[in-house]
Amino acid sequence: MTQTGTRFPAMLANLNMLLSRYGESMMWLARYMERIENLARLLEVTEAFVRNPDGSPGWDSILQINSDEERYAAIYPFPATEENILAFYITESANPTSIRAMAHMVRENARSARPLISTEMWMQLNVFTRSMMELSTPDIRRNGLSGLCNRLKQDCQTHFGVTEGTLYRDQAWLFYLLGKYLERSDQITRLIDIRYHTLLPGGETSGSQMDITQWGSVLRSAAAYHAFRRLQPVTTTPANVVGFLLKNEGFPRSLMLNLRQVDNTLNALSTHYNLRHQCSPLQERIINLRATLEDQTAEDIISRGLHEYMTYIQDQLAALQADVSITFWPAAPLMSREETFIPQ
Amino acid sequence: MNKPVLQSPSPASSSASPAGAAPKSAAGLFAAYDTPDFFCELMNRTDALPPSLQTVRDRLAEFDLAELRHRTNTAEAQLYRLGITFTVYSDREAIDRILPFDMIPRVLTAAEWDHIDHGVQQRVRALNLFLRDIYHERHVLRDGIIPAGLVLNNPNYCEAMVGVPVPGDVYVHINGTDLIRDRSGRFMVLEDNARTPSGVSYVIENRHMTLRLMPDLASGMPLRSVEEYGLRLHQTLCEVAPEGVSDPQVVLFSPGIYNSAYFEHVFLAREMGVPLVEGRDLIVENHRVYMRTVAGLRPVHSIYRRLNDEYLDPLAFNPDSMLGVPGLVEAYRRGNVTLANALGTGVADDKAVYAYMPRLIRYYLGEDPILDSVQTNICAEEEGLAYTLANMDKLVIKPVGESGGYGLLIGSQATQTELDEFRAKLLEDPSNYISQPVIDLSVSPTLCPSGVEARHVDLRPFALTGHNTWVLPGGLSRVALRKGSLVVNSSQGGGSKDTWVMAR
Repeated sequence: MTQTGTRFPAMLANLNMLLSRYGESMMWLARYMERIENLARLLEVTEAFVRNPDGSPGWDSILQINSDEERYAAIYPFPATEENILAFYITESANPTSIRAMAHMVRENARSARPLISTEMWMQLNVFTRSMMELSTPDIRRNGLSGLCNRLKQDCQTHFGVTEGTLYRDQAWLFYLLGKYLERSDQITRLIDIRYHTLLPGGETSGSQMDITQWGSVLRSAAAYHAFRRLQPVTTTPANVVGFLLKNEGFPRSLMLNLRQVDNTLNALSTHYNLRHQCSPLQERIINLRATLEDQTAEDIISRGLHEYMTYIQDQLAALQADVSITFWPAAPLMSREETFIPQ
Repeated sequence: MNKPVLQSPSPASSSASPAGAAPKSAAGLFAAYDTPDFFCELMNRTDALPPSLQTVRDRLAEFDLAELRHRTNTAEAQLYRLGITFTVYSDREAIDRILPFDMIPRVLTAAEWDHIDHGVQQRVRALNLFLRDIYHERHVLRDGIIPAGLVLNNPNYCEAMVGVPVPGDVYVHINGTDLIRDRSGRFMVLEDNARTPSGVSYVIENRHMTLRLMPDLASGMPLRSVEEYGLRLHQTLCEVAPEGVSDPQVVLFSPGIYNSAYFEHVFLAREMGVPLVEGRDLIVENHRVYMRTVAGLRPVHSIYRRLNDEYLDPLAFNPDSMLGVPGLVEAYRRGNVTLANALGTGVADDKAVYAYMPRLIRYYLGEDPILDSVQTNICAEEEGLAYTLANMDKLVIKPVGESGGYGLLIGSQATQTELDEFRAKLLEDPSNYISQPVIDLSVSPTLCPSGVEARHVDLRPFALTGHNTWVLPGGLSRVALRKGSLVVNSSQGGGSKDTWVMAR
């Protein structure tokens, strides 16, 4: 699903520019759907293998990965219990990072962009978001968590499939892609960060059997296990896994691939819709970010501090999102008509 | 006369006999159908049933009740999935409701439609001439056709429109005329909707639903299409764009996703292929209107607005409106943008002005009204008030400013206490009310919990006016789902039906 070589139909860009609000809605629609899918992956992998020293699931770490400690503390007491964590991340309306709250945001953005999205996209989102907003505690009892996570992943993937198959390829599509690739870039760094937050049981060290099992689980949670195996049939080392998830050019959730897609998407906006002026500072940021990734090996990154690099990437992506907002949907239009209106 | 005979239900197959065979008894679906005293859209007409209706009726009769119910459930599930819903807000949450859809279509013959089509066109012509006149020369007031006070003191009379020219002298670009039929089947205008009439999306979606779920009923029927409404609407809005704009940018201006009619706004924007904008998407600079796009500001020329006048522009009207666009009205007055409908059309669809419509049609067009009106007593006038007070139990009394069936009294169905209370309200502010005799609305067979029964219906055809007036063949048939109810509004438990206009 690369943009390179795709033909864009709306070449008469000046006649048919996308409303700013639509661009914003499309971008956030994609971001929230990706985020829901990734939260499902995080919950699943945490339940399955993230362990406290006593062997119980390490639910605390998911708060750290998502930088949600403060929000959680405002609603629930510490130490975090499984029941509270699941409530916080699934049904808690007061938590903007819960499935319910994100489903609500998806719905608002989908309704806002409804004039643009296909009927089939809307139907699926309409049913999906409504059912997510109605999720109740009995639905998420511990035994059902894996089932719920699978359902979430499937519904999100259905959405991405329907969108790929039915959404008209114009600027709205590009803003949708921009949101999707930015979110994926961010989420892979959070998934990798799980390893950082996982406390190894006493005596276990990096490279131990336990360590390798855990890295294997990270791969599985990103649907990367078998692809990784094909490349690395023998050795599962931390550097190999980190290198794969960050730098692999073929894995659809790798940081490298998604940053390239962000760049390609900006490039398509820039060239096909005459938005060079708006896109070039954004592209510059992406080029710099890609350079930090290309210039380091996985070993370099690990030895310099994996968590620190993941945090750096997350900050850079947040800055890029802020730039996109200021550029394409400024709170007050900064550009006056004389500057931007090109007479036809 | 095809009055159905009451008999016990028989298997659907038993009514399958070759066309032209001996007269059938209405069996199957209509086994228990009874239409006491009302004009039935499908059956007990005064003359012989037109052939097209006979075919529909014969096909319907062979439907099995359980099958029809099954299809209805499927239809409603589809409407829900499609999000063809209106949102009802309670204290805690937003609930999406569908407009109940009845699978049995309401059918109009070619001749009936011809009559409606001409009648609606005539009415829209008169409305536009009237509005042009009251905002300019006011001949109609000087000639004493209608009391000046009723027009100039009307809360919907818009001072900002005085002396302002509008493209093509069109004020009412989109009009919905509510029609009912009396006991004899005579069509009468119940009211005009010349502000922002809604419901046209249901006309088209109902047809899609019928074609999907009732193909066996519709196949081979010479139905007039309802598909071209969006194209016609776009064409209309282009025709009335400010002069000199060769390729006008049309937008649909909606209050936003929380508006109960948002689905319809989306539907129409999509059918026209134009952006749906909210107030925050528009900006006025140098008295010209622009929309905010990812590439900066882009000019806008024609606005189909689905907000009432008072919310359009906080500078001109309600300063608290968060939905509007500051400066929009001045841009409009200067002719830099077209609003459809124009500002100040509410004075023409006022329930008191309605009483004068037959006279206005004669005055402006020199023609007799094609469509009848309901006899209306104006309580602002002494005579009208006296008559209304003396006959409260026989009349429908309506507040002139309300729509959606709110605040009205149906005398014959009211208790003595309700009558007394209403009398007090009426005396307090007589000029806020009109009264009309109760019209026995026609009925149409409708799927109800206990079987197919007669329910009252009305009809709202939609007319578009740019260079010419065009009436969408069909219209919204609303049905009062409660037994005996005459109130068809969706806010009051009404549903809708597909409306078939036969091409021949």
